[in-house]
Formats: sequence, C-alpha cells, structure tokens
Amino acid sequence: MAEPILKVRDVNKAFGGVQALAGVSFDLMPGDILGVIGPNGSGKTTLVNAITGFIKIDTGQVIYKGRDLKGMAPHQIADLGLTRTFQVMRPYFSLPAYKNLIVPLFSRRARRTGGWRGGGRMGSRDTVAVDILEEIGFERESYVPYKNASSLPTGYLKRLELARCLALRPEVIICDEVFSGLSMSEMASMVPLMEKLQMEGVTLIMVEHRLRELFRLAGRVLVMNFGSKIAEGTPDEVMENKEVKEAYFGSEEVFSYV
Amino acid sequence: MAREREGMRKERLDRGIKVRSDGVYSISSWREMSFLLAPRLLLILGLLIMPLVLVPAPYWQKVLIIVCIYAFLALGFDFLAHFVGLVSLGGALYIGVGAYVTAFFNVYLGLPIWLCIPLATILGGGLCTLLLWPCLPLRGVYFAIVSLMFPLLSARLIEALDVFGGTDGIMGLDGFSNSWWEMYVLISFMLIALFALRRLVNADMGLIFRGVKDNDQAVKASGISITFYKAVGVFIASSLGCFGGACLAHIYMWAGISQFALDFSIIPIAATVVGGGGTLAGPVIGCLILVPISELLRDFGTLRIAVYALILMGFIVFKSEGLMSFGSRKYNQFEHWVEI
Repeated sequence: MAEPILKVRDVNKAFGGVQALAGVSFDLMPGDILGVIGPNGSGKTTLVNAITGFIKIDTGQVIYKGRDLKGMAPHQIADLGLTRTFQVMRPYFSLPAYKNLIVPLFSRRARRTGGWRGGGRMGSRDTVAVDILEEIGFERESYVPYKNASSLPTGYLKRLELARCLALRPEVIICDEVFSGLSMSEMASMVPLMEKLQMEGVTLIMVEHRLRELFRLAGRVLVMNFGSKIAEGTPDEVMENKEVKEAYFGSEEVFSYV
Repeated sequence: MAREREGMRKERLDRGIKVRSDGVYSISSWREMSFLLAPRLLLILGLLIMPLVLVPAPYWQKVLIIVCIYAFLALGFDFLAHFVGLVSLGGALYIGVGAYVTAFFNVYLGLPIWLCIPLATILGGGLCTLLLWPCLPLRGVYFAIVSLMFPLLSARLIEALDVFGGTDGIMGLDGFSNSWWEMYVLISFMLIALFALRRLVNADMGLIFRGVKDNDQAVKASGISITFYKAVGVFIASSLGCFGGACLAHIYMWAGISQFALDFSIIPIAATVVGGGGTLAGPVIGCLILVPISELLRDFGTLRIAVYALILMGFIVFKSEGLMSFGSRKYNQFEHWVEI
C-alpha cells in the first residue's frame, strides 16, 4: 500500500464563535480523485484554504508528502506542488489569456520543473503558456489564447484557473468548484479533461456541487456538514449513507431531483 | 466634460497608421516609424535641448533640475501605485535618505561624488525598503499613512537625537564640477529610468507586479511570494527617489532635515494626477508643468498654494484621465459624431 500523498489530521478552525472546521481528517492517495461535497457553508472552501495555507488552522496537522505544512505561507505550499483553483475567478482581466500564465511560469517551481511539459529548460514563457492553454482546451487556431481575459466566457475562465495551476506542474490540484456556473456542454468537455489529468498522474481534490459529474470522476467522496466530516467512501456508499441523505439532501423526495 | 448632442454619439476609431504600426509593419516605412518615434523623440530631444535654450535664464536651469528630481519621485509613485498596487507617500523619505546617505559617505568617509551617488541609490533604496518592509502586507490607504509617517519621524529623530548634524544638517558636500554635469546627469538618468520602467512593466517580471496589484491571491497560489515582489517594487521606486535625493544634496552641497519636507511626497502625486496615472510618461510631463508653475507662483507668496490647488482641482474635475492619456488618445484615434 502506497503512502498517502496528503494527510489531514483533526483540523480545527474557528472564526470567532463559528466552528468552520471541526476535527476534519482524511487521507489522499497519489493518483486519486477525491470529491468533497456538502451544503453551502459546510466548510468546504475553508478546508481548501486551510490545506493550502491561505488561513492558519487552530489545531491539527496537514502533512503533504511526509512534511508538516504548519506555518508555511501559501506560496511556499504551492512551491511544493500543492496548488489550488479559486471558486471566484479573478484572472488578470486586462491581459490576454496566455499572459495570465506568465505569473505562475515565472515562479521558482515552474523554473525548476520547466513548466508543464517544457521538459528541463524552458523556452520563451509565452510559447509555453500558449502550449498549456492549448492542452487544456483553448483553440489555438481561433486565437482564443490571445484574447483578453475580460472577454472570455466563464468556461474558459475556469480552464484558465486550472491552467494557472498546471503551469506549476503540480502533484496535487485542489479544484474549488470548477463545474459551477458552466453550461451542460462546457461541463461535458471538462470531465474528460479531469480524467486526462488523472491519467497523467495528477492527484485531484474536487470541491463540487455538481454531484452527477463528480460521481463519475471521483473514486472517493467526503461529505461535510457544519465543519465536520459526516461520511467518506465510494460514491455509491456515500449515496446510500443515511446520515448523508438526511443532513445533506434533506429528504428522499428532494434527493430524487438531484 | 464632453458636450452631448441629441441623437448622436461620439465614435472613436484607431487611426490606420496606429493599427499598422502596432504590428510588424512598424519597421517597414519611415512614415510608420516616425509615427511611433515622434512623441518619444519630442520628449527626449526636448529635454536634452532645454538646458541649452535656458542658457540666458540660469534660474530656470535650476528649475529644470528640480523638475527632474520630482520626476524621479513621480515615476516611482506611479510605478508603485498603478503597477504594484501600493500607494506610497514616502517621496520625502526617499529624498531624505538619499541625501543623508550620500552626505555620510561624502563628508564623513571622504568618498568621491561619483561613488557616493550610486552608493546612496543602492543603499538608500535598500534602507527605505527595510523600513517599509513591515508595512508591505498593508494595502491601499493604510500603506499610504505609514509611508507618510516615516519622513516626519526621520526628521524629528534627527532633530531630537542631534545625529548627522542635527538641525544644521551635514554641510560641505562636494558639488558637481559644473552645472552642465548637474543638468545632463539628471536629465539623462531620468529618461533612462522612464524608458526602463516602461519596458519593465511589460516584461515578464512586470506582469508579476501587475498580478500582485490585480489579484494577489492568485499570485500566492502560483507559488510566488507577494511580499518579496512588493519589496522589489518598493526598492525600485525608492532607489529612484534616493538617486534624486543624492543629486539634490550634492547640488545644494548640503543635506538637512528640510529634505524630508512633505512637498516631496505631495507634488509627485499631483504630477501623476495631472499627467495621467499608469502611463509613466504622464507623471514626468506633470512635473514639467507643475514644478515651473509653482516657481512662477512664488511671487504670490502664500497665495501660491491656493492657485496651485485651483489648478489641481480643475484637472481632477475636467481632465481626470490626465494629459498623457488624453494626448495619446488624440494622437492614436479619430473622434467623430455618428447617428445613433
């Protein structure tokens, strides 16, 4: 049995009187896709922030590749290969899409790893950036990579968020709601993309509200409510879990609509 | 404010020559090359010829020097505010630190002037960056308040502790060997700084700075330390200011607490407003206008500030985009009225 790439142990975080995270623990195996679901305000994004160092946790441990991330700044954690996307996308709107990737490609990690498939020495960052965007579904022939980020539709912005992570050649990507706000066809094209990433050996955590797409992808699913983990298992196990049905889906009737 | 016409709207179109000279055609004909070069050459040659034109008026030659010193500060302010996202009122700190560092090396250690000014630029910039380092996580107006506090604090400290000559300042610095050196060193370095900064903000590293301004969370998530890049930005801006301060000290052959005067913090901001923020060339043009005006108004005594304030107010109300943005729009685009 391989070692987990990411171990989260009993993480607690309170904002004033609100216990945003209450003793969350889980393991993430290399190459897996772990889904994180839960109602609004159940602490999913706080969990992402806690793992990636954007907020300081009160107690508990986050261990990435055997290394305790306590006290590390977000950029140091990203430098280790643990990256994230943001739920609210704020690309650098005034710049063309591919120029958005110059920032991650300028980082130490990208210089070390050569950026996505740069392989050792990096050529011009612009070329690498356009290559990454093409990889992730920006049609080079139609000049989408060269369009201003402000003129791109949501689907491309979500991809741009993901591309920003990929430019670092990460080992783990935590996707905070990449499917939300996408049309059905955009989502349909996103699923194979995530599968491709998994095949290339990237480990994924996907925080989602779109259960259908998530259950197709995720090997394991973690359910959160009121800051604590209420269930973990394969999608089928979680679907059958009584507590999950009650806490998250409300009642049987509502569940049938999902 | 634009006049409105019933049932019409103003349409702006890029001039054909602008569109052509954006692309590879820019090197294909003299016409397009001169379209690109003319505004730049106007500024460069204009500034280089100015000292010669002003030979009959030595007083205005001195004003030109002061313009350049303010231009360094305004460049630094514009760079920090519009490309790094830090509103810095530390102009007076940069000038003061530059002046005192160069005075220290020149008077106390006896180093020659051509070594003192570069040393003051680098070490002064480093010192200012160190002082402002704890404030780097602050944003917007909070950073402005703290950076405004430093020059006041430094002046009072020197006064109270009676170090570096106390209220008398440090006297007996070497001057430049002649006034031509003064003028051309300042003008040429100011132009170099202007064009270097313009190049920097469009280079890969400049994109990091702009990223820090637009969305620092995404920059952090990209594995880049935003504090480090903010510090680099502050270092660039404060080095420019320290260079100006060091030159000022050598021109006056004196470094004193009046070099922490708040004029050095305020006028660069006014110049940026007049010239157009985020253009880098704008603040320089703003200094070329504001500093001579302030000299002309000297005769009015204290009324000077009132007239000055009126001019500023006029710019903010009627041309808030700034002269440079206005000028480049007129230069690059047609405007005409069309039926809606």
